[in-house]
Amino acid sequence: MSAVWSDVVTAVLVLLAALMCLAAGVGLLRFPDVLTRLHSATKPQILGLMAVTLDIAVTNFSIGTVTLVLAIVLFQALTAPMAAHLVARAAYVTDHLRPDLLVLDELRDARG
Amino acid sequence: MSTVKERLGGFISQLPLFLGLVLLWALLWGRFSWLNLLTGVLFAAIVSVVFYLPAVQLSGRINLWRSAWLFVRLLWDIVRASVNVSWLALGPGYTASNAILAVHLRTRSDLILTWTAVATSIVPGSIVVDIERVDSTLYLHVINMHDAGETEKFRASVLATERRIVMAFGSRDDVERIRRVRVEEDRSDTVAGAPPAPNPSDPQNGATP
Repeated sequence: MSAVWSDVVTAVLVLLAALMCLAAGVGLLRFPDVLTRLHSATKPQILGLMAVTLDIAVTNFSIGTVTLVLAIVLFQALTAPMAAHLVARAAYVTDHLRPDLLVLDELRDARG
Repeated sequence: MSTVKERLGGFISQLPLFLGLVLLWALLWGRFSWLNLLTGVLFAAIVSVVFYLPAVQLSGRINLWRSAWLFVRLLWDIVRASVNVSWLALGPGYTASNAILAVHLRTRSDLILTWTAVATSIVPGSIVVDIERVDSTLYLHVINMHDAGETEKFRASVLATERRIVMAFGSRDDVERIRRVRVEEDRSDTVAGAPPAPNPSDPQNGATP
């Protein structure tokens, strides 16, 4: 019984993670400009990673795995926004953006 | 003599970060042992000397209950927003409409500013494009914004995140500032929210001077 349940948990979490990665890939193709694509390239996979690592922590439960999983998620959560920020900033500064997609651009207003 | 004291004070104020490095070392090894602790302290010392950075101003205050709430809420935001962004990517009828918003934070602490920036950009749907440190302003690229109502709602949600972070581990100064701003906002809300009193007697007033 418990083996069945552990399979169910694994199936749900891994499929959720796969779905997030699929969404990230599709978004990368469908979204129109650099800044919008960044959202899809960097973000849904955080939840995907959390799901996969949670599954690993649940199925091979030991202090060592749990701490390693925590470290992985923590560093992913700290570094992914930095990467996204650097690319976004570079894209904005070098004019790789489409003003027609923005309903409001307060950064341009601030810079004059 | 005082320089030694100052140095000691500086070391003590950075002690939590030093212990964080040691903990991280143990975390990476996946188990705790005295050898790990010893090598952890050694590596933390080497890292702090070799990769020297300006000291972080810690607030010296932490509220564990509020911190737990902050992380639970952050996790919920990540799940909710991930589903939203995935639906945007996979669902039918997507039309791009985004906004770059300036959000003026109320904190004057670099650490809280950084935390707020990371916390808002870890949630799918918003990316930090730029930061103005002088007046604590975040410039965020936000996906799927169509009108002023949505942008204002998003702005309020960033300020709410900042508020949760300050309540969790901001300095007393920042907590006071947030409380004060909130009282003022409530007051201006009730004033602005009150419907303008219709004044039917106006023409009559004009007629009978």
